[in-house]
Amino acid sequence: MRPFDYERPWNIDAALAAVRDTPGAMYLGGGTNLIDLMRLGVLAPELLVDVSRLPFDRVEETGDGGLVIGAAVRSADLASHLGVRRRYPVLAQAALSVGSAQIRNMGTVAGNLLQRTRCAYFTDVTKPCNKREPGSGCPAVDGVHRNLAVVGYSPSCVATHPSDLAVAFAALDAVVRIEGATGPRRVPITAFYRDPGDDPRQDTVLEHADLITGIEVPPAGAAAHSAYRKVCDRTSFAFAVVSVAVVLEVTAGAVRDCRIALGGVAPKPWRAERAEEVLYGADATEENFARAARTEPAGARPLRDNGYKVPLVRNLLTRTLIDLAKKGA
Amino acid sequence: MTGELHTERVRSRTVRLTVNGVRHHVRVDTRTSLLDTLRERLGLTGAKKGCDHGECGTCTVLVAGRRVYSCLTLTVALDGAEVTTVEGLAAGGEPHPLQRAFLAHRAVGCGYCTPGQLCAAVGVLAEADAGVPSAVTPDPAEPPALDLAEIRERMSGNLCRCGCYGRIAAAIAEVAR
Ligand SMILES: Cc1cc2nc3c(=O)[nH]c(=O)nc-3n(C[C@@H](O)[C@@H](O)[C@H](O)COP(=O)(O)OP(=O)(O)OC[C@H]3O[C@@H](n4cnc5c(N)ncnc54)[C@H](O)[C@@H]3O)c2cc1C
Ligand code: SF4
Ligand code: FES
Ligand code: FES
Repeated sequence: MRPFDYERPWNIDAALAAVRDTPGAMYLGGGTNLIDLMRLGVLAPELLVDVSRLPFDRVEETGDGGLVIGAAVRSADLASHLGVRRRYPVLAQAALSVGSAQIRNMGTVAGNLLQRTRCAYFTDVTKPCNKREPGSGCPAVDGVHRNLAVVGYSPSCVATHPSDLAVAFAALDAVVRIEGATGPRRVPITAFYRDPGDDPRQDTVLEHADLITGIEVPPAGAAAHSAYRKVCDRTSFAFAVVSVAVVLEVTAGAVRDCRIALGGVAPKPWRAERAEEVLYGADATEENFARAARTEPAGARPLRDNGYKVPLVRNLLTRTLIDLAKKGA
Repeated sequence: MTGELHTERVRSRTVRLTVNGVRHHVRVDTRTSLLDTLRERLGLTGAKKGCDHGECGTCTVLVAGRRVYSCLTLTVALDGAEVTTVEGLAAGGEPHPLQRAFLAHRAVGCGYCTPGQLCAAVGVLAEADAGVPSAVTPDPAEPPALDLAEIRERMSGNLCRCGCYGRIAAAIAEVAR
């Protein structure tokens, strides 16, 4: 690991100033991704600014029934929060599916959204990789890509984003709160991740020194049910092969509200708008759920070895919709 | 930048750590992991280095009572912290109930993963007491009961090359009862 400076500011302004004034500086959350990537030589910041104990480490209720989840809330604490468990099962379940108990005790919500891809070439500095070294090529296109994207990728990068929380946040229409050089701003999670295009270096719209302070989650519909389901290569302590986050409200046998995001299929949480359109107002039947699922991931073009993800995620979505509709009935 | 925004920037620092009830002052490079500090500086070689990437659990210790991977924890970020390692589990010369149960259930093969398993198991009991759910806890959340399915899920962050999983889960279940 390259030598680096460490600093733990006492407030947000000091943290912003420290990173803004040092081009090679990065924020440090729980370190579960950053320290790993530094040890692998993938990242070599010259300064770590520790934001893991800044006072955005709580889940707060907004007056209208929504939540603001502080950036430094650990996954374990998010999953244990009673308001999250009662009103946003999709989020509690996503948080409980993250890594292991130790990872959940350490890892923060902001760090979870900003973790890097698990593409094996990205983490191996002896290999080319456009995300790590622009212009060096993407060996995954013709190489090992069983676990990579089927939609939303570009020829320059076919990586997926590995966050479980981002998928749940996408189904909840959550908004990322950011403090930056130009003041505070809010970015919907669905606009937070970048398409890889010709330059896949940046995963998100964040600029240098932009600090995530929290995630806003709008109020949950009183009659809505939600769930997160994740398929992995082993039962526990594994990244998603594919996952689905669903919020579903069924009234009098018909779908009143429905928001769906897919994980493990794209460089970002994939909002399944086509399936949502099919379902809005439709009868909540197994046939309609399967029909909606078959429209996703819309525009999928699987690579040589990951075509299996398409039926897998469709089946997972159909099953999740059926189970949620039963709860509502 | 205004003066009051300025905080101390360091490349090495003397960190105050309380490990198993004993206070230490140890000067570390910013790169040093808690695991390396425990093993190389404080002579506490119970916690093991399996992968150094957060993937195996052999380095598990408790920081402020919460189980973490010490390989991915920077010592410099821990100033003032309380750390418990496997060496600190026995009290007054008496083994911890989990240590007794591991022996009684022959939950130890080669023993390499055992210190991490024990610290993780201490975390399992504390988390269940505090009402922390797991992926297999039924909704809506009742206080979680530690049956074998719960224990296996909660212990999934600790691998065992000797495959003692069944015996480890049984040992923890006995203490949880
Ligand atoms: C073995 C293993 C298994 C895992 N399994 C899963 C899994 O199943 N699902 C999953 O979703 N994740 C998984 N993870 C990824 C894990 O790193 C995240 O879950 C964790 O939440 C990251 O948070 P952190 O605080 O540790 O991030 P860090 O490593 O501290 O930081 C990650 C990135 O976020 C930036 N950052 C941190 N806080 C802020 C902030 N407030 N503002 C701006 N930037 C910030 C850092 O600069 C860095 O770039 C796993 C990790 C490991 C090692
Ligand atoms: S898929 Fe993306 S991250 Fe993986 S090798 Fe190609 S450019 Fe790098
Ligand atoms: S050595 Fe820390 S998890 Fe393997
Ligand atoms: S007892 Fe040998 S690795 Fe677990």
